[in-house]
Amino acid sequence: MGVMVPFNPVEPFLRSERMPHIWCSGCGIGTTVNCFARALAESKLPLDKVAIVSGIGCTGRVAGYLNLDSFHTTHGRAIPFATGLKLANPELTVVVYSGDGDLIAIGGNHFIHAARRNVDIKVICINNFIYGMTGGQVAPTTPVGATATTAPYGCFERPFNLPYLAESSGAVYVARWTAYHVRYIAHSMADALRKKGFSFIEILAPCPTLYQRRNKLGDGLETMRYYKQHSVIRHGANTRDVNLHFQGEITLGKFVDIERPTLQQTMEQRFRQVLRDRYAG
Amino acid sequence: MPAATTGVKARKFRGEVLITEDRCKECGFCIEFCPPKVLEFSKEFNRHGYHPPILVNEAGCTGCDLCGLYCPDFAIYGIRVPVESPAATASAAGVSPLGNDTSGVESVRQGGGI
Amino acid sequence: MSPPRPSAVLSGAHFMDGNHAACEGAIAAGANFAAGYPITPSTEIVERFAARAPLVGATFLQMEDELASSIAILGAAWGGAKAFTVTSGPGFSLMMEHIGFAAMTETPSVFVNVQRGGPSTGLPTLPAQADMMQARWGSHGDYEIIALCPNSPQECFNLMIDAFNFSEQYRNPVLLMMDESVGHMTEKVVIPPADQINIFPRRHTSKAPSEYLPFKPASDDVPEMARVGEGYRFHVTGLTHDEHGYPSMEWQTQQALVGRLVGKIRAHADDLTRTEEKQLEDAEIVLVAYGISSRVALWALQEAREEGLRVGLLRPIVVWPFPEKRIRELAQRVNAFVVVELNYGQMVREVERAAAGRARTILVPHAGGAVHPPESIVKVLREVGSWA
Ligand SMILES: Cc1ncc(C[n+]2csc(CCOP(=O)(O)OP(=O)(O)O)c2C)c(N)n1
Ligand code: SF4
Ligand code: SF4
Ligand code: SF4
Ligand SMILES: [Mg+2]
Repeated sequence: MGVMVPFNPVEPFLRSERMPHIWCSGCGIGTTVNCFARALAESKLPLDKVAIVSGIGCTGRVAGYLNLDSFHTTHGRAIPFATGLKLANPELTVVVYSGDGDLIAIGGNHFIHAARRNVDIKVICINNFIYGMTGGQVAPTTPVGATATTAPYGCFERPFNLPYLAESSGAVYVARWTAYHVRYIAHSMADALRKKGFSFIEILAPCPTLYQRRNKLGDGLETMRYYKQHSVIRHGANTRDVNLHFQGEITLGKFVDIERPTLQQTMEQRFRQVLRDRYAG
Repeated sequence: MPAATTGVKARKFRGEVLITEDRCKECGFCIEFCPPKVLEFSKEFNRHGYHPPILVNEAGCTGCDLCGLYCPDFAIYGIRVPVESPAATASAAGVSPLGNDTSGVESVRQGGGI
Repeated sequence: MSPPRPSAVLSGAHFMDGNHAACEGAIAAGANFAAGYPITPSTEIVERFAARAPLVGATFLQMEDELASSIAILGAAWGGAKAFTVTSGPGFSLMMEHIGFAAMTETPSVFVNVQRGGPSTGLPTLPAQADMMQARWGSHGDYEIIALCPNSPQECFNLMIDAFNFSEQYRNPVLLMMDESVGHMTEKVVIPPADQINIFPRRHTSKAPSEYLPFKPASDDVPEMARVGEGYRFHVTGLTHDEHGYPSMEWQTQQALVGRLVGKIRAHADDLTRTEEKQLEDAEIVLVAYGISSRVALWALQEAREEGLRVGLLRPIVVWPFPEKRIRELAQRVNAFVVVELNYGQMVREVERAAAGRARTILVPHAGGAVHPPESIVKVLREVGSWA
């Protein structure tokens, strides 16, 4: 007891001087960041060449806590920022880490277009079914029946099924996990880091302060237990069938893992084919 | 679980768990999801008024680092230490692929051989 | 990304319109990334860039909207590119948040607005100059902007290069505020040899990562930039941030940061000011006009001079920061300023403010959709002349 020891192995991946972070007790975002640090280690990527881009939200704060070149952009626009960054500097591995509201509500248009173009970025979406940062408003992921401050009588809009949205928009890698499935998350993130093209990982995570409390679902730990008990892993499941329902069964797994030329590749191929040696790429 | 605590067979590694108490926000993830259930909340408070975990069964820790993976606050992690070098915290750093900065850690709870 | 090779610069004399000239100006300035979303009357700029980009080692991406294009260029800029976007009317409104983000994060970037009639969809194919205050104040919060107003295709080329240079020098978004008439006007444009074009290089730091603070001003209140991917591990945020680039929600940090952001431009207002002046020596009435209106005003000036009125012309080329010192000087000795602009009164407010009651300020307004009939300006000049 009390022996000086090596610092936590995730430390080199963190801006330790910025700890403690702003996330609430039992918030799942930190757990996923922990997994991400391990995925970075597993991927063996040179960290100087990994850049992280976030939008705005509780999850949007991830960029600021990681010891990488990091960009905390505007609400919803992490993906187009990342697109410019990646195209200007193709040797970077560019990761977008943001919330469900950020990526899918205000940023939804960018999400589908980046997937369509197959921009070589990895998009990690922390889905807590709610707008955390602004105090618990309804999101395009909020399940029907769940309440939020702006859906006080329960959400009556059909939410997006994110893996289906990602796949049908053109993503080459699509997976869903919960914050309980830490080893799966870490491996999936490492997979995505290695993969070329638009990769998407949805991670369900507790927001005990807002979503769980407002819906009387207990605290973070209670939610993690729920994830443990009510998740089934079905790799390769048809993404049409992986809808989420309020406190329903959760289908997890790696749903999509295909090859398709990236935006950069199709661009270069086209110019080379048409312009031949006039192409200055 | 009992297997981990009662195992007496010679193993190459034993588990060690390392806790930065003042980072803990008492979410309980590490305690709940530790496979051999060797952690509990401490009676003591940390700087922010939370009860950090303590290792209650030193022999039981396998060093699996699930606590480390779960902790949203980067406050705890487990490592495996070769049994040949008992107090070898330095060589523990070698076990981790993730670096060995020695600044800032407050305490170690060592588990026994399994 | 490397700067375009000299062969990218189309040196020589050309007959081209303002939009194409602006595109060539960007290429000559070393722009190697553009993102845009089509909108009249600016589209020709990105159409030309789309055709030219693969030939000169640049990248063009047509994004899904102006929010995307206005931040894709900022991502590209942090990736090492010299980047710009182009828009008009409604698209300019959509870009406002990212002009503020560029100002806050000190991202070198160029935004082109080929102004058309508004509000809303307004007059897509016809000129106006009604976004001048939006250019200055359109994004929320306190910040300073640099904006340039060309009045010919040649100047579209020249000022595009200046816009890039200012954006690098001050690490600030720079706006090229064209108008439909200048954008679609075809004239002779002379593009100089590449080696005669002055390029302000990016202010990259030479400090080691351990000694480098990303938002600590080096000189002129402007911090040096780190190259991404080189181990600096820097953080960029639109939140109020300290010299490390880390968020800090203290009023002291806000004061230091916003004070510096505003100060770095204000302190150099004199260096930035650029005007064209005609017949001011003996002028009693000063026409103030920019962009296409300055050319119409010149007609009116000549006609008024023939009638014996002592009229001069002041044309702000850099409109923001506004050349208020020059207006103040002139206000001491002239009777009146007559401001000609395609709006119901925008830059005239600046003229009036700077004149501070020492000379009268009169607006010749126009709703846009056409340029002023020169006669309407002469009429005002005659009337103002009769007051003296
Ligand atoms: C343009 C704009 N609109 C609204 C906001 C306010 N805002 C900040 S974060 C946020 C929602 C965040 O929700 P989500 O992306 O799900 O992130 P979480 O906090 O849940 O992690 C909103 C609406 C903003 N910052 N910018
Ligand atoms: S409000 Fe919710 S999402 Fe935000 S930090 Fe707290 S628990 Fe996490
Ligand atoms: S390393 Fe952590 S999770 Fe694993 S056995 Fe030890 S205390 Fe439990
Ligand atoms: S997981 Fe971390 S924060 Fe939660 S109780 Fe354990 S040490 Fe504390
Ligand atoms: Mg959310």
